[in-house]
Amino acid sequence: MIGNVFGGLARAFACAALLASFAAIASEGPRLQTAPINSHDVASLQNGAKLFINYCLNCHTASYMRYNRLQDLGLTELQIKDNLIFTGVKVGELMHVGMDRKDAKEWFGVAPPDLTVTARARSSGAGSGSDWIYSYLRSFYRDPSRATGWNNLVFPNVGMPHVLWQLSGQAQLHEEVFSSEHAFKAALIATKGVAQFEEGHEIKDGKTVKRYVLKTLTAGNGSLSQVEYDKSVTDIVNFMTYMAEPARLERRRIGFYVLMVLGLLLLLVFVLKKSYWKNIH
Amino acid sequence: MSDQQVDKGKRGFLLAATGVVGGVAVAATAVPFAGSMLPSERAKAAGAPVEADISKLAPGEMQIVEWRGKPVWIVNRTKEMLEGIKKSDAQASDPNSDVPQQPEYAKNEYRSIKPDIVVLEGVCTHLGCSPQYKSVEAKGDMGQDWNGGFFCPCHGSKFDFAGRVFQGSPAPTNLRVPPYKFVGDTKIIIGDDTKGA
Amino acid sequence: MAAVDKQPVTGAGPLNGMLTWVDARFPLIKMWEEQWGKYVAPKNFTFWYYFGSLSAFVLVLQILTGIFLTMNYKPDAAQAFASVEYIMRDVWGGWIIRYMHSTGASAFFICIYLHMFRALLYGSYRKPRELLWIFGMLIYLCLMAEAFFGYLLPWGQMSYWGAQVIVNLFAAVPFIGEDLSIWIRGDYVVSDATLNRFFAFHVIAIPLVLLGLVAAHLTALHEVGSNNPDGVEIKNQPKDPRTGLPLDGIYSHPYYTIKDAFGVVVFLIVFSVIMFFLPEMGGYFLEYNNFVPADPLNTPQHIAPVWYFTPFYSILRAIPPLLNSQFPGVLAMGASTTILFLLPWLDRSPVKSVRYKGPVFKAALALFVIVFLVLGYLGTEPTNVWGQFGAWLGNADRATVAARICTAIYFLFFILMPWYSRLDRCKPEPARLT
Repeated sequence: MIGNVFGGLARAFACAALLASFAAIASEGPRLQTAPINSHDVASLQNGAKLFINYCLNCHTASYMRYNRLQDLGLTELQIKDNLIFTGVKVGELMHVGMDRKDAKEWFGVAPPDLTVTARARSSGAGSGSDWIYSYLRSFYRDPSRATGWNNLVFPNVGMPHVLWQLSGQAQLHEEVFSSEHAFKAALIATKGVAQFEEGHEIKDGKTVKRYVLKTLTAGNGSLSQVEYDKSVTDIVNFMTYMAEPARLERRRIGFYVLMVLGLLLLLVFVLKKSYWKNIH
Repeated sequence: MSDQQVDKGKRGFLLAATGVVGGVAVAATAVPFAGSMLPSERAKAAGAPVEADISKLAPGEMQIVEWRGKPVWIVNRTKEMLEGIKKSDAQASDPNSDVPQQPEYAKNEYRSIKPDIVVLEGVCTHLGCSPQYKSVEAKGDMGQDWNGGFFCPCHGSKFDFAGRVFQGSPAPTNLRVPPYKFVGDTKIIIGDDTKGA
Repeated sequence: MAAVDKQPVTGAGPLNGMLTWVDARFPLIKMWEEQWGKYVAPKNFTFWYYFGSLSAFVLVLQILTGIFLTMNYKPDAAQAFASVEYIMRDVWGGWIIRYMHSTGASAFFICIYLHMFRALLYGSYRKPRELLWIFGMLIYLCLMAEAFFGYLLPWGQMSYWGAQVIVNLFAAVPFIGEDLSIWIRGDYVVSDATLNRFFAFHVIAIPLVLLGLVAAHLTALHEVGSNNPDGVEIKNQPKDPRTGLPLDGIYSHPYYTIKDAFGVVVFLIVFSVIMFFLPEMGGYFLEYNNFVPADPLNTPQHIAPVWYFTPFYSILRAIPPLLNSQFPGVLAMGASTTILFLLPWLDRSPVKSVRYKGPVFKAALALFVIVFLVLGYLGTEPTNVWGQFGAWLGNADRATVAARICTAIYFLFFILMPWYSRLDRCKPEPARLT
């Protein structure tokens, strides 16, 4: 019975968390897409590590992550050294970057943030950090008004150019304006993929009316097909999710054993308590 | 009453079982705490094997590299120095290197993989000072029977060029030989003696 | 003087011999029997009585894990964030210790809040337990300070801006406020100096006070004896001729030893589920923004304190500024915790326990709990979470209005208590436990 109360408590907290996440879906986007990642897929993780090091680590750091930790992904130290380290550092070193922070700040306006724990930091009511990165990397579009020539649906006016553009091609922004909430919601549901939206007001004939803007992308033509590109992004996100908490799988495994032992202990202590309290009325 | 006795026996068993399972749980919980005091990945990375290039190490010269915060000596020994080691057999307190102060492959006459190149941890086995290099010619300081080796300035321990300690020195054992291996003829990796690759 | 009178420990064996030896020189057995072994407690403790011993258990857990975290943590603005990630990755078993500590922080507040609710429920603060309640309240205040100081240490965005906001509350104090907040920070902004002193407070100053207060709390408890769900003073009962104990009393050991052990195991199961499977607890135990290193030039869009502070934060936000000063809000927030100290004197009911109190008190208590939870929820959300009222109400935020109503009810629960508790239709207290 007491166990029920405790369990109920935990559930209440989980519910509170869930409620908060519903509340956070306010009248503004983006609507993220769930990253189809699988933390047990070693091939995907290895490919993600390769892509991450090739495309991201030129400007970004992952300065809490050691190269030799990639052994978690089934690689040997020698493989890591030969295939994944381009900066000549030792295999036990952290994933720093050659680029000077000051230069970077001048080029991009902000120094590119460290990416080690981004997959945790970007979590919000709208989705996990993994979902955010997955959506982000798939929603760059051409915008001549920006200095880099690129803009992003998930991260408007981002300083980062679209590094993967040769793979994905150049997407274009598609904007629709609705005045009825019903039509807007129907359109939002009909759109697959990432969407950015705003709910606002405009003044028409001296009356304030609702105005809904729905922004989506039309795909570009890159060296990879849409499916292949999504798979590459999935792999990067899979790796970044692993990197944000390398002990995640171990944590769950150990947790399982801990609960088994505690379950046994609970049984024993419960019977023991019954036996002692039998004569207390 | 027998009913109570049965109860007592059952309770004793339950207490023992709870104690055992609880004990296991506490012990398992202590593991990460104790383990957190082991060298971390950062310490391991800092203590990773070190490469030394000995292509420019002339005969009779010594090169010092740092490994795990300790000085490691690499000496290119001349014929004369090697003969000095032979002459020191009688003075050495452990001439056959029976005390395991070296990997198995360095338990030989010259305490090295190759006779001329010796690799030693430059830390006196007495109290951890770093001994000094004293050539064969240093008979003036070291006495007429000196055949070359190392001298610890802290408490006067003497070692030959194989790092063997002399009788009567405060240092109890020979200098340690770290694990090492050759990669090609001119490159030594200190701290790693695994075969292959 | 007492050494001569001591009885040797019964039974043979080396352990008992050693105990006799120690006991002749140190009142070990006396202390054990006074504080726990022969401490007589009422036999009808309910679910709510688990949380005292659980709080003590979590305290030990926090101290142990804290000690091991300090072995690798660096209280330095340039290294703090990295050192936490270092613990999570590079230190063997470090993530277990860190998650235990971060989950333990929230668990501590859950236990303490439920423990305090127990006191409200059964009138455990009433005479002769006023001082016991005051020690408990001081523990609670210390715990809030401990949590506040500790929350800065990971040096993430939430750590940084949370500390910034709370320290700035002191700046609202008239006349000396600005200087006071600078003195607390040791700098013009939250900085390395602040981090360093918060570390000192978190790891040594407050824990020392906390331990002293816990000792006082327990000593006071074992002096006056435990209350119980019926509010009956078992000390005044006739003694059972067979045992020499009050009719409804039992020894803590082994009865409550084993019962509390059961509670600890159930607690550990819930704790482990969170720690191993949901360590962030949906962003409530570890806030997502705190995985971004502190950046003094970039405020996160929405700053909310950790969940256990949010009811009081809501009260702070609910009070409108007066003459451009936030001070009334700060005062209200301070009053919302300190008013609890007065509880023993506000409650004028003829009975202690809610079981015998009348419908008015029951309703008031239920309302208070609801209001506390709503305030807690509102504190985690931005003020415009439910949108605005129309122009007819000046476009006021619905959430702000709700928070104001809740704040009023929160205070009225205490302020009106002397009247409604006395006038309520109570049932008579029994002589024996039911």
